[in-house]
Amino acid sequence: MGLHEIMFYYFAVVAVVTALLAISRPNPVHSVLFLVPCFFHVAGLFVLLGAEFLAAIQILVPAGALMVLYLFVVFLFNLSEVRSRTITHRQASLAGIVAVVLVFMLVVLSVRGLFPGPFAELVQVLPPDNTMAVGGSLYTTFLFPFELASLILLVVMFGAIVLAKREERE
Amino acid sequence: MENLGLFILITLIKIVGIITVALGGVTVMNWVERKVSGHIQQRHGPLYVGPLGLLQPLADGLKLFFKEDILPTNADKMLFFLSPLMAFVPALLTFAVIPVGPHLVISDINIGLVYILSVSSLGVFGIVMAGWSSNNKYALLGGLRSSAQMISYEISLGLSVIGVLMYSGSLSMKTIVLAQKDLWFVVPQFLGFFLFLVSAFAETNRLPFDLPEAESELVAGYFVEYSSLRWAMFMMAEYVAMISASCVMTTLFFGGWLPLPIVGPFIEGFLPPAFVTYAMPAIWFLAKVAVFMFFFVWVRWTFPRLRYDQLMTLGWKVLLPLAIFNVFVSGILRMTHIT
Repeated sequence: MGLHEIMFYYFAVVAVVTALLAISRPNPVHSVLFLVPCFFHVAGLFVLLGAEFLAAIQILVPAGALMVLYLFVVFLFNLSEVRSRTITHRQASLAGIVAVVLVFMLVVLSVRGLFPGPFAELVQVLPPDNTMAVGGSLYTTFLFPFELASLILLVVMFGAIVLAKREERE
Repeated sequence: MENLGLFILITLIKIVGIITVALGGVTVMNWVERKVSGHIQQRHGPLYVGPLGLLQPLADGLKLFFKEDILPTNADKMLFFLSPLMAFVPALLTFAVIPVGPHLVISDINIGLVYILSVSSLGVFGIVMAGWSSNNKYALLGGLRSSAQMISYEISLGLSVIGVLMYSGSLSMKTIVLAQKDLWFVVPQFLGFFLFLVSAFAETNRLPFDLPEAESELVAGYFVEYSSLRWAMFMMAEYVAMISASCVMTTLFFGGWLPLPIVGPFIEGFLPPAFVTYAMPAIWFLAKVAVFMFFFVWVRWTFPRLRYDQLMTLGWKVLLPLAIFNVFVSGILRMTHIT
């Protein structure tokens, strides 16, 4: 087993274990904090794949910014009240459908990974400076989905501002 | 595998070297801060321990070492012990990609700038975790303020370096320094530098942005329950963050290890060539960093602390639009090849 494999199994195992801890801890603050090492190790997997830019972004956005926001929200809850209440599963059926689809996708990808297919080539194609590659494909091939995503984010931003403003008036 | 072993050994030596310099810098900075603060307030500052009070930080370190390490009742034990480390380590991680000289860098990765933004954004966890795990309302308020402040100023911080990126065309810190051979980026990117400077003050929790500690209202904010070496670790984290912010500003806007424009070559003319090649880059770099360090202390005794709403207004309504404006103008200037 080479260094590459050892690193892969380390990152993968820690990422999975911390993810499991994140959904099983009774204290929401601990759950959020367990996601931070999880994102870190996923970033490690990206580095192993030669996608350094994605790895850095993986730490910068989900770990550095989003988790702080989550913590901010969790702190504002009255935690003892949240813990005493039994968690209701009003969206259990919806969650079930999403889970089935995700598991199906995972199985397909895993089976495809067993045979050398298009994914092996994908790793080879990545140029050494993948920041430029990401930028290039975002502004050429994937320009439309990229602009669409930014438009959706803009709408969400407007929505948040409108909601916050209305509360102020009451 | 022989090469790998040698590579790891050399890297380890570099890491130990740079960490030693950084921690030494913390000690010196502690002395400078108290001395400069003293003189600004027309007193002497530390005077008795060692010549000019130079050994005062060591004496204080020793004192803190022997103090009792208190764990508050009902504190989250694990997080309480972890948070000083979480504040300290990310600040140190930045040094991995900062080039002190043409060859004096631990790792010149091709995403250096994004890496710096990523690891510096992790420092806030130490503060937020400390605030929450102490089980103290002042500490929690400090932690909450810190999380909101960091999020607000990180956006301006990230946007303010886009201009530098446009001029250098690379995220590697070494390439960014080399791109400043003819003109330091502070000239075409003055607005970007100013935005970065203000955001860096907010990110390092230094006055006038030290609302997470705010002695006059929150006692000491997030680390009010800490004592002994854990308290010292928070202080060290603040100093290391200041040093790394100074290093990043030097690298991005003031030409890193490059000599001063006109005076530099003149001074280097008097020195032996071997000394100029091997030692001068690091000396130039450290001199520029020292100027920023002095600036940090100077600002502390010049501006009063902002009120919380002023802080948010400044971040979202002044710095953010200015940062977007800067990106826009830099883009136009680069496209039309004016600068």
